[in-house]
Amino acid sequence: MDIFLQQIINGLTLGSVYAVVALGYTMVYGIVQLINFAHGEVVMVGAMVGLSVIGALAASSGLPPLVVVLAGAMSAVPVCMAVGYTMERVAYRPLRGAPRLAPLITAIGISIILQQVAMLVWSRNPLSFPQIVANPVFEVAGAHVSAVQIAIVSVSVLMMAVLTLIVYRTRLGVAMRATSENAQMAGLMGVNVNQVIAATFVIGAALAAIAGVMIGTYYGIAHYKMGALLGMKAFAAAVLGGIGNLAGAMLGGILLGVVEALGTGYIGELTDLCHIDWISTSLAQRCAEDGHVVVFGSNYQDVFAFVVLILVLVFRPSGLLGERVGDRA
Amino acid sequence: MAEAIKQSVRNPAMRWVGIVLVAAALTALPFVLAQVGTAWVRITNLAILFILLSLGLNIVVGFAGLLDLGYIAFYGVGAYTYAILASPHFGLHLPFWIILPIGALVACIFGVLLGAPTLKLRGDYLAIVTLGFGEIVRIFLNNLAQPVNITNGPRGITLIDPFRVGGFNFSRTSSIAGLDFSGPIKYYYLLLVVLVLVVVVNLRLENSRVGRAWMAIREDELAAQAMGINTRNVKLLAFAMGASFGGIAGGMFSAMQGFVSPESFVLVESIMVLAMVVLGGMGNVWGVIIGALLLSFGPEILRYTVAPIQYAIFGKLLIEPEVIRMLLFGLALVLMMLYRPAGLLPSATRKRELEEHD
Repeated sequence: MDIFLQQIINGLTLGSVYAVVALGYTMVYGIVQLINFAHGEVVMVGAMVGLSVIGALAASSGLPPLVVVLAGAMSAVPVCMAVGYTMERVAYRPLRGAPRLAPLITAIGISIILQQVAMLVWSRNPLSFPQIVANPVFEVAGAHVSAVQIAIVSVSVLMMAVLTLIVYRTRLGVAMRATSENAQMAGLMGVNVNQVIAATFVIGAALAAIAGVMIGTYYGIAHYKMGALLGMKAFAAAVLGGIGNLAGAMLGGILLGVVEALGTGYIGELTDLCHIDWISTSLAQRCAEDGHVVVFGSNYQDVFAFVVLILVLVFRPSGLLGERVGDRA
Repeated sequence: MAEAIKQSVRNPAMRWVGIVLVAAALTALPFVLAQVGTAWVRITNLAILFILLSLGLNIVVGFAGLLDLGYIAFYGVGAYTYAILASPHFGLHLPFWIILPIGALVACIFGVLLGAPTLKLRGDYLAIVTLGFGEIVRIFLNNLAQPVNITNGPRGITLIDPFRVGGFNFSRTSSIAGLDFSGPIKYYYLLLVVLVLVVVVNLRLENSRVGRAWMAIREDELAAQAMGINTRNVKLLAFAMGASFGGIAGGMFSAMQGFVSPESFVLVESIMVLAMVVLGGMGNVWGVIIGALLLSFGPEILRYTVAPIQYAIFGKLLIEPEVIRMLLFGLALVLMMLYRPAGLLPSATRKRELEEHD
């Protein structure tokens, strides 16, 4: 099996989920210049709601599997939209215009509350995805592609397309772009700025809900702590692409997914000390016994996103496609 | 009443009387607590450690205005430095007065490592990068067991040496002048001494040249630069000093617990310390101390009250105290920012800054 191609395929799948979550960050940032720290938790809520509904329907109703999954996603979306709206009303709107640290700290508070509430509702045990959908695996040029992977990539692309249409082809989209350009001016032109900002949060939350169900389906599992790390990675993706830029978030997400997958796939081999076993005899001996003496194994998977994030912020803070030059104080 | 207190504080003689009274109370405290239960002395010790941590973070967040969400990483670095240099893990048993400065230095290096690439970043970006840094440190602590076993992975390092001066061992009970000094009580006095030192350093820092430079940067970095402040060095100094305080606290934690594992250095702990600083009042040393005390003792009191109350009313445990603690904690962060953004005991300048809309 071709590891390179396989990791690219896995990376594309995860990357497209990152991209969908990153869109939520980037939209909110573009419009109110605020990092919605609790966005990852919205993804978690989406995954939990989606998987509970799917689990319940799969056990009791005789509906076809695809309908069950669809029903799960469709029930996660309104719940997450409600969460997103409430969040904006309670924690962000009162602080609009306050120094940046204030909304960031409320966001941390909100994510702790969401996590704990999710734990109370669903307990500490992870929810698993029932084996209802047949997941045929295709072989392409020596690598495996599963139906779920194809579905995740297609749904992500579809959602990105719909979002692009909303932003560039509807009245709401015009209002959103106007608000992000200059909220005060947009208000004077008759745009209801509060409504537009709320709508941005709600759309982001809807995307997060779908992303949550997708990631739950892909890993076959969802738990109350999954949001934080996923959110961080998606944020890194948004920064990589250039925060505030829709195309950037998509590109950044997919790129980050691929980097992570390739990194995880190859880091073990790259840091295998047995390549340089001539350094010492004891090392050579260990190599002869175990075959590999790996410094950094695939257990460092989660480091890549943070390293990418730091590198981008240091060398190109505006991101790959960002127009904003420099984010200096 | 308030006026009378203010008057008496201004009076130097009264001030000394007050200081002596507080000192007497703090000296007697562990014996009173030991009557209730030794557990409370341990809780008090942990609370003092958290005060040390919050004071360290206060330098970075409160004085210099750099939001650091990965602060616990320095605590972890300090704790692991101590654990590695004083445990059977590598067979090293250095005395604590050598390791603590080493721990502070290592943490300081990590602080500079974090600070240097992030100097140009603005508030919220900095927060996310520091958070990422904290996670990276935790992941490394968790995984650095291969190919050379440095941190012993998720199992952590055990059998760490307690503090020892000659034959005086801090983990054993010894009798002095007819009083039984148990391990936690000895650590209490040691921590108290360190705390007093750190508080004095912090109070002096606040009005020093460096402290004023930090505050100038916090208020307006450009203006500070124009006034001739070397913002790069001064910011790095804030990171380095904050980190060293964290490193010292970490070393003491390691010695007190006798055991460290990556579990103790997770993101929630960073947020907890930040919440202490925010709750008390960023930039105000006394406020930060009050915040740390509230958030250290509050959950413990909850632990002892919530479960019995639930058993009394519902006959079973509906919500675990831990969950209630976290929920209240999240709620406190939100409510504080909404209704009292400058904290319970705000510093004067910070208050002006946070209540002003920009």
